[in-house]
Amino acid sequence: MAVIIQKDTKILIQGFTGKMGTFHAEEMISYGSNVVGGVTPGKGGQKHLNRPVFNTVKDAVRETGATASILFVPPAFAADSAMEAADAGIKTCVAIVDGIPSHDMIRIKRYMRRYSRKEKMTLVGPNCAGIISPGKSMLGIMPGHIYKEGRVGIISRSGTLGYEAAQQLKNLNIGISTSVGIGGDPINGSSFRDIIEKFETDDETDAVLMIGEIGGPQEVAAGEFAKENMKKPIIGYIAGLTAPKGRVMGHAGAIVSAYGESAVEKVELLKECGVTISKNPSVMGETVKKVLNSK
Amino acid sequence: MDIHEYQAKEILSNFGVTIPRGGIVYSPETAENKAREIGGSKWVVKAQIHSGARGKAGGIIICNSPLEVAQATDKLLGKKLVTNQTGPEGKIVNRIYIEEATDIEKELYLGLVFDRSSESIMVVASTEGGMSVEEIAKDKPESIIRSKIEVAVGIQNFQARELAFGLGIEPELIRRASETIIGCAKAFSELDATMVEVNPLVISKQKQILALDCKMSFDNNAMFRRDKVSELRDKTQEDEKEVYASDRGLNYVSLDGNIGNIINGAGLAMASMDMIKLAGGEPANFLDVGGGATPEKIVKAFRLITMDKKVKVILVNIFAGINRCDWVAEGIVQALEKIEIKVPLVIRLAGTNVEKGNKILQDSKLNYIEANTLEDAANKAVAALK
Repeated sequence: MAVIIQKDTKILIQGFTGKMGTFHAEEMISYGSNVVGGVTPGKGGQKHLNRPVFNTVKDAVRETGATASILFVPPAFAADSAMEAADAGIKTCVAIVDGIPSHDMIRIKRYMRRYSRKEKMTLVGPNCAGIISPGKSMLGIMPGHIYKEGRVGIISRSGTLGYEAAQQLKNLNIGISTSVGIGGDPINGSSFRDIIEKFETDDETDAVLMIGEIGGPQEVAAGEFAKENMKKPIIGYIAGLTAPKGRVMGHAGAIVSAYGESAVEKVELLKECGVTISKNPSVMGETVKKVLNSK
Repeated sequence: MDIHEYQAKEILSNFGVTIPRGGIVYSPETAENKAREIGGSKWVVKAQIHSGARGKAGGIIICNSPLEVAQATDKLLGKKLVTNQTGPEGKIVNRIYIEEATDIEKELYLGLVFDRSSESIMVVASTEGGMSVEEIAKDKPESIIRSKIEVAVGIQNFQARELAFGLGIEPELIRRASETIIGCAKAFSELDATMVEVNPLVISKQKQILALDCKMSFDNNAMFRRDKVSELRDKTQEDEKEVYASDRGLNYVSLDGNIGNIINGAGLAMASMDMIKLAGGEPANFLDVGGGATPEKIVKAFRLITMDKKVKVILVNIFAGINRCDWVAEGIVQALEKIEIKVPLVIRLAGTNVEKGNKILQDSKLNYIEANTLEDAANKAVAALK
């Protein structure tokens, strides 16, 4: 069992008939993901990409039994769509969209507190590349072919830096169990800690590569959790050594505003937690290889 | 997005926060009249720039007559103020705020920010007003009191009261202090702010609670629903190249080095900059053209980088995911037919169809240095400086 998504996981596309939704739905289908339909309010009853379109997520879940969804709706409507998915019983929702207001993200997370731990949806993103379990399913926008099947888990805030890591691993003939892009926003659905916890109990994952960056407390929080609770080795890289304090570096969340948020400080704190640090971004793959060989 | 002090004061005063009487002027001629209009016998002339620590930089002048107000305004207008927050290039003063002077009895600190650990809004207060919050945290950490706002219900009266009593405010002023704190919290929530800071919040000798200096920042991602706030943007306070970039959908931050970067994805951009530094160079900028790296964005990116006179080498690093290296290569070739590059150019492509992409670049008339890995690209860019 892979973490989060399986080969047969039934997937809905929210914002199905739009340009983005259509393009990425096609990519996911050609990768082998089990896309069972989509939602575009007002277009229920139509067919798109040979699959049914529904007006509401509830209708779609009732008719198709979908348990996962991916959002391609504009940022202004994304919070509403994520809450709709949670309420319809979707278990995993990936929000690709970049530009959701932070106040909206907090609202989504508060809204989801009404569900018990068992019923609660896993929200991944926003502003992320999504999830891929190579050879099984892709619930995201990544180039599937650069991900080789294998036993290393990847968690990354950045999309393209996650691709870089997948490529480096592939070049070393190392495969990936699941790669999760958690996104570059200050407040996201799932944190590094949430995902490493899932990897620890995954019998298909031997080690986890955590690709972080400047800003926020998440990487260190995950490191502290790992120190107490994880047996599997963690390899980490933190981008943004040269980033000036107080400036937003592309990702809304990539800003150093407090102690422990710069790359140097995060690296030090992660080392104290027993995380093996990849000293630069071009040796992420080699660092993983060394750790796997020393096991 | 940041706004000026006087704009933040106007917003907060609409949420029930008391501010000293004042007005904005754009010329010394109107300053004298404005001072008379405000009344009183002592005024503070404040340069409006997007930066704190203006006092130490000479941007705040106390005046004893309307004539002095006009002279101070004349002195400050058009000047570039350099504070410890502006960088060496400073920021231009185009607007002057004139305010009646306040008899200060006590200076307090009040700030609201997003707390990323608890994913809520945090109110931070201290009895040590006038210092920066970083200084307070370092020198007087015991003076800091905090309160977390539950966003679903907003700030509650008891929270504001606890903060006010915690600041040692006398009982007859607790109600006004609470109203001030609640006003700031409401402004934060209702206007998609990311930061509200009143520093100092003062108790005057006349027992008024006044916001003497205010700062507010807003979530750029929420500006689509905040027309009135987004109108307050003052582009003269931003880096010219950064304004050019943001108007064209590029994520750009100007830095001090001389290796210009064009990269897709914020994380990869930061990683490439790290590699440049490790190779012994300094990046001139952060530039993310977006995960897709479309030809249009690449043209805009080259235009932007060539505006920067300190750039001595350009490094292009694109990881083609959903798009393909051959498209990206075509985009680069097209861009460089329109834009002349006078400095060495290093290009690293990776991902989908990388061989095809490199072939297109090799077959073009382009004068460039090919690189294969992140490390190779950084080393070649630094070597090209010599």
